[in-house]
Amino acid sequence: MDEGLKSELSKQGVVATNLQELYNWGRRNSIWPLNFGLACCAIEMIASTMARYDMARFGAEVFRPSPRQADLMIVAGTITKKMAPQVVRLYNQMPEPKYVISMGACAISGGPFKQGYNVLKGIDRYIPVDIYIPGCPPRPEALIDALMALQRKIDAQQLTGDSRPRHLNADEPSEFTVPKFGAHDLEPPQNPVVWHAPLVQIALAEDDDSGTA
Amino acid sequence: MTLEPLKLELEEKVPGCGLEIISNPSPSAQHSLLIDPEHAVAVAMYLRDAAHLRFDYCSNVTGIDWPAPNDAGKAKLKDMEEDLEQDEADCATAGYLEVVYHLYSMEKKHGPVILRMRTCDRGLRVHLPSLVSVWRSADFQEREIFDLFGVIFDGHPDLRRILMWDEYTDHPMRRDYVEPDDYEYEPTAHDEVLRKTMNHYAK
Repeated sequence: MDEGLKSELSKQGVVATNLQELYNWGRRNSIWPLNFGLACCAIEMIASTMARYDMARFGAEVFRPSPRQADLMIVAGTITKKMAPQVVRLYNQMPEPKYVISMGACAISGGPFKQGYNVLKGIDRYIPVDIYIPGCPPRPEALIDALMALQRKIDAQQLTGDSRPRHLNADEPSEFTVPKFGAHDLEPPQNPVVWHAPLVQIALAEDDDSGTA
Repeated sequence: MTLEPLKLELEEKVPGCGLEIISNPSPSAQHSLLIDPEHAVAVAMYLRDAAHLRFDYCSNVTGIDWPAPNDAGKAKLKDMEEDLEQDEADCATAGYLEVVYHLYSMEKKHGPVILRMRTCDRGLRVHLPSLVSVWRSADFQEREIFDLFGVIFDGHPDLRRILMWDEYTDHPMRRDYVEPDDYEYEPTAHDEVLRKTMNHYAK
């Protein structure tokens, strides 16, 4: 339907829509996040739900204490290797459609603790992430921006066709491998279904000693 | 607090205990008292209960790993100081693990007194007596040292790993800890990380 006509009709009190728009409109305005935090980013997450930043304006104020009722997992903080299997298990317990916001430097890559023996180098090694928010910690505005970005992403999802989201495609997995505690590291150290190392150029020119001590 | 009179007093009150003052040459001059594991609990009890000492607060317990002097890293030091070889003969060739207790007195408002204990080596003979029976605050910190350094505290009520998972077999704070090779993605690698990344891709 023509956008101009739709706008004109709405001024006369007639709402024209289709199933996909209605479905996505409903979903994007009631994103219920899972109520859990892992580190200091969780404090900013809490602040963004309080009166000053008021995430309720975007329909995401109902933090659910159970993964069975949540649509969105905000991974807010450092994921230690001891905690990583529990995070993946919580994600697996969430019903589709489900989304993940990776909040802060630690959840993206391990952040300042990246080289630590006990820190996972980013939650995207085990579960698919929709939105990344950099920052240490990101401000509540950044989390709200991420939520709006997620709303735009949900709005653009097609119900049919090849580009339809995972939850409408029976062949796509909705559960991901929970890593096991190994003798030296988590096993496997990353899930190759969702993560592979980005290509980076680390080779140095012969006489280039910049960056080395 | 000066340790010399305390050492003499302890030697009198706890017969047979081996004490040694480890001096700290830095400006802080926090000298410490090396106690032998056999009499550690008796010495600790005396420090806590003696009316004029009353070290009732153990604020910190930490561990130190002293690898064998001929290990890598110490080799440079040996080249620089040739008279080190005499010390080497005295020092246990296998290296040792050390546990450090920081004691304060809330009642007498004095402290700290720093206690040290050393294990025989870094392999199997890593047993030390637990001081949880003297200071309850040592509980979690001794577990942490057990987890990260591998010191086994005899008499500890609940000696389990506290930071790492139970299946884990390494002790990450030891100098010879080999970390998992997961340097496949380092966007801004430099120095040590750059070296490890290049090693990862060289394989």
